[in-house]
Amino acid sequence: MAGACRNIGVPLMNSSGAKIEIRDLYKIFGPTPDRYVEAVRNGMSKSELAAKHNRILGLNDINIEMPAGKIQVVMGLSGSGKSTLIRHINRLIEPTSGSIIVDGQNVLDMKELELREFRRNKTAMVFQRFGLLPHRTVMDNVIFGLEIRSVERSKARDVAMRWIDRVGLRGFEQRYPHELSGGMQQRVGLARALSNDASILLMDEAYSALDPLIRTDMQTMLLELQTELKKTIVFITHDLDEALRLGDRIVILRDGSIVQQGDSQDILLRPADNYIRRFVKDVNRARFLKVEAVMSPLSSSEPKSLVRITLGTTLEAAAKNLANSDRDTFLVAGYDGRPLGEISLRQITAALSASDE
Amino acid sequence: MDWLFRFPQLDPEVLLAIKRYVDGSLRAFTRAYGAAIESSFFPLQRILTFFENVATGAPWPIVIIVLATIAWLCARSRAVVLSVIGVLIAIGLFGLWQEAMKTISLVFAATIFAIAIGIPLGIILNRFRRVGAVMQAILDIMQTMPPFVYLIPVVMLLGIGRVPGFIAVVIYAIPPIIRLTDLGIRLVDKEVLEAADAYGCSRQQKLWKVQLPLALPTIMAGINQTIMMALSMVVIASMIGVQGLGLNVLQAIANQYFTQGIFNGFAIVGIAIIFDRISQAYGRRMQKHRGSADE
Repeated sequence: MAGACRNIGVPLMNSSGAKIEIRDLYKIFGPTPDRYVEAVRNGMSKSELAAKHNRILGLNDINIEMPAGKIQVVMGLSGSGKSTLIRHINRLIEPTSGSIIVDGQNVLDMKELELREFRRNKTAMVFQRFGLLPHRTVMDNVIFGLEIRSVERSKARDVAMRWIDRVGLRGFEQRYPHELSGGMQQRVGLARALSNDASILLMDEAYSALDPLIRTDMQTMLLELQTELKKTIVFITHDLDEALRLGDRIVILRDGSIVQQGDSQDILLRPADNYIRRFVKDVNRARFLKVEAVMSPLSSSEPKSLVRITLGTTLEAAAKNLANSDRDTFLVAGYDGRPLGEISLRQITAALSASDE
Repeated sequence: MDWLFRFPQLDPEVLLAIKRYVDGSLRAFTRAYGAAIESSFFPLQRILTFFENVATGAPWPIVIIVLATIAWLCARSRAVVLSVIGVLIAIGLFGLWQEAMKTISLVFAATIFAIAIGIPLGIILNRFRRVGAVMQAILDIMQTMPPFVYLIPVVMLLGIGRVPGFIAVVIYAIPPIIRLTDLGIRLVDKEVLEAADAYGCSRQQKLWKVQLPLALPTIMAGINQTIMMALSMVVIASMIGVQGLGLNVLQAIANQYFTQGIFNGFAIVGIAIIFDRISQAYGRRMQKHRGSADE
């Protein structure tokens, strides 16, 4: 890949994730937003701001640390500000106040040229309605990011071909987007983003427009890719199942404010308020809760012959194994095989029914 | 109550003074710079004459073959090619070949010129809001002002002949291409533009790689309209010395030759159909392949 990125010192190949820190971020839509930041800081609510000053509060006091190389999900319903938030990371939307630090550099301080280089080399974005160029073939769409960076065409085609192959579109290089199904179009979008080899992947409701089955396939593909790519992925969704499945960390937004941050176990077991409790209620908990979240400490009198299951096993899988065996308790073992706790069918049932209060 | 029925107009002497002043200064301007301006249009005159000589001087079978080939390349449709050949043969049979060639060459030159100026102006109209507002007003005036009015200063400056006729045709025909270039760029899908920004496009890259290609079908519709308007101008342009089918119509009006008027009128219609079918079919084909097949 070209030396176009030399000037800001970006690694050239397989750049793995960069940490993103969002601090005190506010966004108010409408003219002269600066005047109202102070009022919002002092606790003015979204509805109050709209009623009194006719301004829309987009984001309110956002503080998130997105760890490098992990999938950070931002979840919320429409109007919660999640799409606004992701557009701040590559500054498609200008913030009203706050800072966004990527690899020690504040995105919001960048000049136009710096910002362009940042977008070209460090971020890649996948869009809800794909954002493909309808007049270009699949191949020409995938090399778009490289072309913008003036990567030599033959090299760009090699890179693009690899990713087209990887997302399962081999043989479709010369087709046009409108000839493909939604799922395939989004694969093109993903291949375009991955060809850019940026350390940050921004996915704005990338799978929301897809059929449920195809969506699951795409989620699986993303998780597989991530095991080797280790990019920092910011994934926006309104679907809690998707959030729980993909997210190493999850942030839930409502009306532009953060309601809860944590991993999937935190959200499922310790919902911060009734709003989240209502969300969580309809989720299949067995599929997302993990054994370590409900296991009890090792009892001293534990016989060595107990069946072991590893950390990270879902309750669904554990319950199935338990039901098929003649034991009522399993040992939960770490990845190194050391026993850490034990879990019984009764504990699993209790954890699963806890939500129904 | 007299004042209610008689509008309080400006003092006749003031009006006279205004008219005298404007006419006088235009005349003085013409006297001072007319020759220079006319000679600066000399290259244009040469180009127009060249086009006309090529069209009228070439053997008719070759002209038909060339136009049919252009039709095939643009439209890839047998029906369009056949209608082009049919219309040209009919025009020739009715003895209007020379006039038709003059008209076609003028309209062709005017269209090329309008495209070359109109598309960049459309881009400017789209990009700069302030300038755009002024341009919109000028375009409105250009489209509604009776052509005879701006023919006066053009004739005063450049006299009678091909060049002033050409200028009048271009002024009349250029607004659609400007407007539709602007519209086409504005209609480009917002998410695609966002994608272009997200991947770090510069303005130039965004324009050339995203906006213009996606606006192309709309721009083609503008070109089509521009051609049609140029054709409808040829009769008026004949009043200031443009030869061709328009001049025949003008003579027919003056002398009440109904048949001559009808023949020439239909010849103009025939040419309009040729141009329209070719440019529309081209635009449709482009939309189907989304532009890339022809780049």
